[in-house]
Amino acid sequence: MSEQRPAAAAAAGRLPVLKTHKVYVGGKFPRSESGRFDRALAPDGTPIANICRCSRKDVRDAVTAARAAQAGWAGRTAYNRGQILYRIAEMLEGRSGQFEALLTAGGATSDEAAAEVQAAVDRLLHYAGWTDKFQQVFSSVNPVATSHFNFSILEAMGVIGVLAPASPLLGLVSSIAPAIAGGNTTVALVTGSQPLPAVTFGEVLNSSDVPGGVVNILTGRRDEMLAPLAAHRDVDALLLCSPDPDVARSAEIEAVHNLKRVAVRPHEDWTDVQSPYEITDLQEVKTTWHPIGS
Amino acid sequence: MQLSPSGARVESPPIDAVGVEERVARLCSRSIKKDAKLQALHLTLSMIDLTTLEGADSEGKVRQLCAKALQLHAALPELPHVAAVCVYPALVGVAKRALEGSGINVASVATSFPAGQAPIEIKLLEVRKAVEAGADEVDMVISRGRFLAGDFAYTADEIASVKEACGEAHLKVILETGELGTLDAVRRASDLAMRSGADFIKTSTGKIKPAATMPVVLVMLEAIRDHYLRTGEKIGMKPAGGISTAKDAIRHLVMVRETLGQDWLDPDLYRFGASSLANDVLRQIVKQRSGIYQSFDDFSL
Amino acid sequence: MTDSTESTGHTAPKLRLGNDDGWAYAPAPESTDHVELRERYGLFIDGEFTDAADGRTFETANPATEEKIAEVALASDADVDRAVAAARRAYDEVWSQLAPRERGKYVYRIARVLQERSRELAITESLDGGKPIRESRDVDIPLAAAHFFYYAGWADKLDYAFPGRGARPLGVAGQVIPWNFPLLMAAWKIAPAIAAGNTVVLKPAETTPLTALKLAEIIRDAGLPPGVVNIVTGAGETGASVVQHQDVDKVAFTGSTEVGKLIRRALAGSGKHYTLELGGKAANLVFEDAAVDQAVEGIVNGIFFNQGHVCCAGSRLLVQESVADEVISKLKDRMETLIVGDPLDKNTDIGAINSRAQLDRIEEYLEIGEAEGAEPFQTSCPVPDRGYWCRPTLFLQASQSHRVVQEEIFGPVLAVQTFRTVDEGIAMANNTPYGLSGGVWSDKGAKAFRVTSRIRAGVLWANTYNKFDPTAPFGGYKESGIGREGGLAGLHAYLQPEQAA
Repeated sequence: MSEQRPAAAAAAGRLPVLKTHKVYVGGKFPRSESGRFDRALAPDGTPIANICRCSRKDVRDAVTAARAAQAGWAGRTAYNRGQILYRIAEMLEGRSGQFEALLTAGGATSDEAAAEVQAAVDRLLHYAGWTDKFQQVFSSVNPVATSHFNFSILEAMGVIGVLAPASPLLGLVSSIAPAIAGGNTTVALVTGSQPLPAVTFGEVLNSSDVPGGVVNILTGRRDEMLAPLAAHRDVDALLLCSPDPDVARSAEIEAVHNLKRVAVRPHEDWTDVQSPYEITDLQEVKTTWHPIGS
Repeated sequence: MQLSPSGARVESPPIDAVGVEERVARLCSRSIKKDAKLQALHLTLSMIDLTTLEGADSEGKVRQLCAKALQLHAALPELPHVAAVCVYPALVGVAKRALEGSGINVASVATSFPAGQAPIEIKLLEVRKAVEAGADEVDMVISRGRFLAGDFAYTADEIASVKEACGEAHLKVILETGELGTLDAVRRASDLAMRSGADFIKTSTGKIKPAATMPVVLVMLEAIRDHYLRTGEKIGMKPAGGISTAKDAIRHLVMVRETLGQDWLDPDLYRFGASSLANDVLRQIVKQRSGIYQSFDDFSL
Repeated sequence: MTDSTESTGHTAPKLRLGNDDGWAYAPAPESTDHVELRERYGLFIDGEFTDAADGRTFETANPATEEKIAEVALASDADVDRAVAAARRAYDEVWSQLAPRERGKYVYRIARVLQERSRELAITESLDGGKPIRESRDVDIPLAAAHFFYYAGWADKLDYAFPGRGARPLGVAGQVIPWNFPLLMAAWKIAPAIAAGNTVVLKPAETTPLTALKLAEIIRDAGLPPGVVNIVTGAGETGASVVQHQDVDKVAFTGSTEVGKLIRRALAGSGKHYTLELGGKAANLVFEDAAVDQAVEGIVNGIFFNQGHVCCAGSRLLVQESVADEVISKLKDRMETLIVGDPLDKNTDIGAINSRAQLDRIEEYLEIGEAEGAEPFQTSCPVPDRGYWCRPTLFLQASQSHRVVQEEIFGPVLAVQTFRTVDEGIAMANNTPYGLSGGVWSDKGAKAFRVTSRIRAGVLWANTYNKFDPTAPFGGYKESGIGREGGLAGLHAYLQPEQAA
């Protein structure tokens, strides 16, 4: 595990191989185009890894990847999207030890870390099951007063810009899973103090049949990345997971450029943030009319 | 897609029934008042094929009908006369003599009206007999059974043969739309009839319901329009069956005016096949002039 | 029809379709006898009609004659304050305490009286706004009543609105509506809001306040508790005051995208609920296998309904090349039968443009289109000397880069383009910042549903156009708005899940 503290590892007599944490964009793991990095720190302030400090150009590239993937992802069958979400759960379960170690390195107790990983797996499973059900619960056939067949279905909003929660694994999973379950693609900005579980989650996604570009994960500073993402005219909606009203407000103002839909999630504890409304909040309603005649 | 006798492709555009009904509803919302109404009522009278097609028809009944055709309402001698009197072949001679010199045509149904279930030879013989007896116009029925079975070539050949047998007489082709089932079939039958020699296309025999519904008539008018735009040839239209009030007739005229234009507001290109329509129109004309609502007993049968 | 072998080759056949030739329809004006209009209208606040605090008024005029109809109170910030306070008090003390079933009964009452007074309302709507009586009578007023009926029934069924969650109202709703469907938009706003248990402050458009004020009379006569519905008249400043009011919990706006963005910006960070129904530039796609005559009718309904003052108008016609000549030729013929003129005449198809300002805007686009190189076509229908009129207009040979293709004109002006393949048609349809609506004409069901599923818009009409129903959600994707009105989705716009409250 590269996330062992370098000093401790050296004391053990073997020089560890330190991992370079790259971002996840378009199904690949590039470095930030800016060539900059930040240090991820342990709770006591010890540097534990270098992580990319992404720029507005990285945001742009991630949006391009998300847009390219969106129609194809939304065009998959609900069954297939469910299978892929289930596959993510399987892969995460299989790497639970790694994630527990990452969370522990970030300050969680081992019990807390184990609980968070399990909750994240279960959450993925929950939304995997919703992919082919939310449409049934929330769409409608409308009994119009003319001779028309009229129905309203939900359609993915498109590309969702996600300001990922501080909660390093469960929060990220809880925000992204309902978005992609409904056929959206995402650009997630990981800006909290513990980015390592998130960037490592990219590796899980990459080995889980998730098409490249469906989830894109950037690390860096909120101040640099959120405004260009929120203003980007090819992003359809924002999911702002932040308890800070000023953050939401400034992002909402940027979002006005193309009238992005904005959902705000101020939760700090993501344990109970799970419902089909997390999916439907990122869906459009489309009403279709067709005559009934002969 | 089928081949007509001339080898031309008979291809008709699809029809959306709900859209047709909406268009009809909109046309029916036209409000025809005052001079426009009076003009329409006069026009209607001039377009009527005064019709009797009963098993019980007699020479006396036909003579009475012809007298009515000649003089619709004694109190209003300036009214136009009807376009034609329509009878069975056996009574064509009677009608012809009664209407001599009036300018009113005699129309005869033929081709084993109304069912059309007879061998083609007999149908053609009937047509020739009617024309020999003096019929100016022949109202034939198509063989709906063959048409519905998809034998469009047969239907086309049948119409072409009847047209030939008509000689100088004008041919109206009755589609009996109430038996065709869909507006798509109405459109296809209309196109087929026009390409096979029809001078007029006509909705119904009057023996089957529904008959001349507004959606059916609209689809036929659109077929006539498209035929005209494609060939320059003006085919006539005759709704028959179920048009019994002046209000109905005016709605038809609105539909004609807005689909085919002013040129078709002419007895040479538009007819109403009707028996009771004339008197309701007369009632309305007298009411328009006098301001007093009229009784049917004020008008001769 | 693809067969041209029978052509005679002489002068092209032509239909004589105008109304000024041969059998012409006589004027058929709707009688205005029993319609009572006051010379002055006040604000409707807390169940009473009152003058504006500062006594200011504005005039509303008949766009068909340019004559003043009435003076209407102009609400200032102080009046809006009063209206919001009344709404808050009514919400806290009365409306939120009332049994849902009883709340529903009030809403039903409004629906019933709307039906009873439908003729008067239709005439008033046509007088004040210029729309043809055929539309106000057959569309606006019946649909407005239907909306109240539909949402009245929801009042005691809110527990079924969100599966797995309870529901509660939001509080006070501030609502601003446009001039194109004055009473209908008031119904779209008020009916779901009050049925769900909210109270409202509604601002009608300054050129069309009268039917909303008649609705206020109806609401008063129906015995609704004072303050549940408040109607404040005025222009943009009054509207801004309503939507920016601190004590409003929910904002509902229908109007331009430009103003919608200003409102959205003002609401940023407030956590308030909002729905925005904004502009559009919808594509109406006609495929080669369409039922041509019904498609032509749909094109006409799509763009010439309500003088084209319709946010979901099918203002871009996209025709497949193989049928373009036929469709355009038939469209021109059909347009010749459209009668422009007196909105109160029962035969009028296209009434008056709503205001001088709107006519100026349309005429500016007519110049722009020509300057851009699109080929204009207008029908020969005569128009009256006084009043604001625009003949039905096509811009043929329009291009995707033209402003008349990209920008919302909000008038009877249709930009016509052609496409070759299904994918090209879809790409052109989606090549716009708007996403309110779209139309598809094809007799092939599989194709129609493929296209509707790929157009990024909230309302898709396949083989029909401009149909509305209270049960059918309406609203836009992209810059055409946020949220839905109508149906269950429209109810959601006025509720919050219990646990979030």
